[in-house]
Amino acid sequence: MKTIKYSGLVVFLIGLGIFTILPLIGAYRLDQSNFDDIVKDKDFNSELFVEEINNNVVGKEFNGMMGLSAEVKKSLNQANAQHRENKEYDKVIYTSGKDMAALLGKASGTGFIAQNKGVMWFLTFGLGIIGALLFILPNVILLGKAGIKNDGIYHQNSTNRGWIAWAVFVFLVSFYLVLYFAPQFAVNWTYLVDPISESLSGNPAGHWFVYGFMYCTVMTVMAVRMYIKYRHNVYQMVRTTSVLFFQIVFAFLIPEIMVRLQMPYYDFKNIFPLDYDFFFSWNLNELMSSGGIGLFILVWGIALTLVAVPVMVYFFGKRWYCSWVCGCGGLAETLGDPYRQHSDKSLFAWKVERWLIHGVLVFAVVMTVMTLYSFFSESGTVMGIKTQSVQNVYSLAIGSIFAGVIGTGFYPIFGNRVWCRFGCPLAAYLGFVQRFKSRFRITTNGGQCISCGNCSTYCEQGIDVRAYAQKGENIVRSSCVGCGICSAVCPRGVLKLENGPEEGRINPTEILLGNDVNLMDLVNRK
Amino acid sequence: MEHIVIIGNGIAGVTAARHIRKLSDKKITIVSAESDYFFSRTALMYVYMGHMKFEHTQPYENWFWEKNRIYLINAYVSKVDHVNKTLNLGDNKKLAYDTLIIATGSKPNKFGWPGQDLKGVQGLYSKQDLDEMEVIAPNNQVCKRAVIVGGGLIGIEMAEMLRSRNIPVTFLVREDSFWNGVLPDGESQMINEHIKAHHIDLRLGAELGEILAGENGRARAITIKGNGEEIACDLVGLTAGVTPNIDFLKNSGIEIDRGVKVNRYLETNIKDIYAIGDCAQQHEAIGNRRPIEAVWYTGRMMGEALAQTVCGNRIAYNPGHWFNSAKFLDIEYQTYGWVFSTEGKKNYERHFHWRHATENLCITIAFHKDSKQFLGINTFGIRMRHEIFDRWLTEERHTDYVIEYLKDANFDPELYSKYEGKIVSKYNVEFGTNIYPKKKSWKRIFNSA
Repeated sequence: MKTIKYSGLVVFLIGLGIFTILPLIGAYRLDQSNFDDIVKDKDFNSELFVEEINNNVVGKEFNGMMGLSAEVKKSLNQANAQHRENKEYDKVIYTSGKDMAALLGKASGTGFIAQNKGVMWFLTFGLGIIGALLFILPNVILLGKAGIKNDGIYHQNSTNRGWIAWAVFVFLVSFYLVLYFAPQFAVNWTYLVDPISESLSGNPAGHWFVYGFMYCTVMTVMAVRMYIKYRHNVYQMVRTTSVLFFQIVFAFLIPEIMVRLQMPYYDFKNIFPLDYDFFFSWNLNELMSSGGIGLFILVWGIALTLVAVPVMVYFFGKRWYCSWVCGCGGLAETLGDPYRQHSDKSLFAWKVERWLIHGVLVFAVVMTVMTLYSFFSESGTVMGIKTQSVQNVYSLAIGSIFAGVIGTGFYPIFGNRVWCRFGCPLAAYLGFVQRFKSRFRITTNGGQCISCGNCSTYCEQGIDVRAYAQKGENIVRSSCVGCGICSAVCPRGVLKLENGPEEGRINPTEILLGNDVNLMDLVNRK
Repeated sequence: MEHIVIIGNGIAGVTAARHIRKLSDKKITIVSAESDYFFSRTALMYVYMGHMKFEHTQPYENWFWEKNRIYLINAYVSKVDHVNKTLNLGDNKKLAYDTLIIATGSKPNKFGWPGQDLKGVQGLYSKQDLDEMEVIAPNNQVCKRAVIVGGGLIGIEMAEMLRSRNIPVTFLVREDSFWNGVLPDGESQMINEHIKAHHIDLRLGAELGEILAGENGRARAITIKGNGEEIACDLVGLTAGVTPNIDFLKNSGIEIDRGVKVNRYLETNIKDIYAIGDCAQQHEAIGNRRPIEAVWYTGRMMGEALAQTVCGNRIAYNPGHWFNSAKFLDIEYQTYGWVFSTEGKKNYERHFHWRHATENLCITIAFHKDSKQFLGINTFGIRMRHEIFDRWLTEERHTDYVIEYLKDANFDPELYSKYEGKIVSKYNVEFGTNIYPKKKSWKRIFNSA
C-alpha cells in the first residue's frame, strides 16, 4: 500500500512538473492569415500596431512565450505612444500588453503542445489526477479504522509549515500571479483544455477556463481525500458532495453551456457582494440586452442578496452558503482541509479580522453605490472620484490579490480560510445575519468539555471554540461557516451544530451544568 | 489586601483563581513547578500524536494572567508552615499567604513493583511525563515495544498514543475484561474487541511481575506474574490509577490520609487552608461518589464552589448528578447518572443493554428494579445531551419515559443515522412494553413547553 502511495506521489509530481514548465516552453509562429482574422475580429484602428506586428512577429518562430510576449508588448507600446503623440486617441488600443500577448499567443502555437492537446492533457492533468488518486486511495487501508485521523499532522513537513508547505505556498502564489498578472504564459495551459472548452461552450479555452477546469479537478480529487478521511462522519460526506456539486454544475458547467446558448455567462450561486462586479455597468448592459434570461438573472441576483441570504441564514446559519455552496469555501474545504489548523486563534487576530472583513464590505458597498450612481446618472465620477478607478482598485486589491493570491496561495501558511475570514464581503454580510438573527448555533453539551483544544486547533475560521465550550456556552459567532469539524474532532461529544429556537441561543454561563444547582442559579442568573 | 496562594495550576486551581478574581479584588498567586501556564492535561496525548502543539493545550493566551492580575510563580513548594502562614519555595525562598488552596493533583500509582523506578518506566500525567515519553519512545526504531500496565482510561490513551507512531504495544490488564470495575460486561467486552482491532496486544487477567533492568539502568523487559513470561520492551507505562500528589504535606499539621482531608466546604483541619481537585479527600463520600474524585469535571466544580467560600459566601461542595466521558480509541463514551459494573451493581439496580449488530455502538440504562426509576445511562458511539439527562435524573423519570423520549437526548451531529428505533424495539421486547419513540421536540429540549 505504501508503495502504491509513493509511486502515486512520483506520478503526480511528474504531471505537476510538466504542467509547471509549460509556461516557459513551446513553439509559436503567428501566421499571416491568423493575424488578419484577429485584426478583422478585434477591429484594431491602429495601422501602426498591425504594421509593427506584421514586421516583428508574423511568420517568425518564437521559442517560448518570453520572446513573443516581449515583441507584442513592444509593438503595442510603440504604436500607442505614437498615436498619443499624434493625438490620434481613437487609434489607441486599450487592451493591455499581457492580454494582447495572450490573444496573439493563443493563435500562434505551432509546436508539439498545440498539436497534441490530448496527449499533453494526459501528461499534465491526467498524470496529476492518477498520481494524486494513487496517493490518496491507499489511505482507506493505511489510515486504519474509521475515525478522526489527525495523527502526525504536526509532525509532517507538509502540514506543520515545514519546507513542503513553503514549497506549496510558492507554487500556489506563482500560479495565481501568472493567472492574474501574466496570462500570456498560461497560453500553453489553455491548449490542454481546448477540446473540453470547445465541447462545452464551443469556444477555445482562455486562461479562466483553465482555472475553472483545474478548480473542479482539484476539488474532486481532494474531495475523495475528504470522503476517506471523514468516512465515519455523514455530515462531512454530504457537505463535501454539496460543495462539489455546486462548483462543478453551477460554477463551471452551466455558465459554459449558457455561452453556447448565446446567453450571458453567469454563475447562479455567486452572490453579490462576493460577485462584486454584478452591478458594474458592462454587466448590467449585457444583462439588459440579453432579453428574458438577462432580466431573470438580474432579478435572481438581487433576490439572492436581499432575500435568500437573510432567509436561509435565519434558518440554517451562514453555513448553507459558506461550506455547502460557495466555490471559495468548496476549495477551502477540499484542497485546504490539510491546512485548517493554521488559522490564528489569538484575540488579536479576531480584532484584525473584524476590521478587515467589515472594511472590505464597506468598500464593496461604497463602490457599488458609486457604480449605480454612475450608471443611472451616466457620469463617470462621483464627487470628483472616478468610479472606474475605484472599481479597478477593488478588482486588483480585493478581487485578485486578496481573494486569489493571498486567499488561496497562503493556504499552507495561514490556513485555508484567509479570504473567507478576513476578506469576503459576502461572508461579512452573512455573518451579521448569523450573529443577530438566526436559529443556528453550535450547542455546547452541558459540562462535558475538558478544554483539550482540538476544536480550536482545527477551526479553520480561527474561532477559539474551546473558550466557549469550557464555559458551557454555545458558540454564536458571525465568522462560523458551520464546517462541523470542531464537532467531529471533539473527543467528548461536546459540540453539535444545530438550528433551534432563537431564544436561549446565546447563553453566557459561569458555572457549568453538573455542579450544585443552587450555585448555578446564584451565579448564572444574576 | 488578602493574599490567596494556590498551589497547582491545573483545572481545579485555575478555576478557583478565575472565579475568585470575578468575585473579588484579592491578590491571587498560583505556584506550580510543572509549567509556566495552565494547560489541559487531558490533551497531552494529542501533542504526542501530532494533532496539536503543546501551545494548543493552553486554554488562555499568555497575556490573560497578567491582565486578570493572577500572578504565576514557577516553583516547587517543599513545605507548608501554617503557623507562620508561609510556603517554602526552595532556595530559601518563602512565600507568605493569608489563604492557601492546595490543588496539587495526582501522581501515577506505583505499587512497589521491582524496577518501577528504572529509566523508561513512567506514567502519563504531567508535562514532564510527556517530555519523557518523547525521549523514550520517539519512534518504533528507538522503542521497539512498549508495555502498559493497568487497564484504565490513561492506559488506553497511552496505548493509542504509542500506536499512532506504530510502536507495538502490549497492554496488561489485571481484570479479566477492560475496565470492568466500572463498565458493565457488555460494554467492557466491546472495548476489548476494539482494542484488539487496533492491533494492541491486549493481555487480560495479566499482572506485572517485575521490570527487568538492562544497561544504564534502563528497563529492558517485564515479566508477567504467575507464568513468568518475559516481554522485551523499551517503555513501561504505569497506568494503574493515580494517587494524590501530597508528599510535601507530610508532618505539616494538615490532616492527610491518601489525600488532603476536607469537609464539604473543602476546608482542611487548619483554618484558611483548603484543598480541591484530585488531591482532596472527603471525610465522607458524597452520594455514590468516591471520597477522592480524580476527574477533570470535579476538579473544576470544586474550584467553582470554593471561590464562593473564599469570597465570603460559604457554600458546600454539592455536586449535581454524576456525569463523565472518555474516548476509547475511536469510541466515544459518555455517562450520566449512575451505571455500575456488572459486579459492582447495587442490589436494587437493573440494566437494559443494547448493542448494535455491526457498529461499535451500545448503551446501558440502569434503573431501579421495583420502581423502574431511571438511574443512569452509559452510551458508546452515540452522543447524548447532558442537559436532558440531568433533567430526567432530577425529575426521577420512569425508564419507560426515558425510552419514549430518547430522541430528545440525541446529540450526534446532524445527518447521522439514528438508533432510537432499534433501541426502543429491543426494550419493548425485553419488558413487554409497547412504546413508540416520540419525535424530537425543541420545545421539550429547551424546556420551553
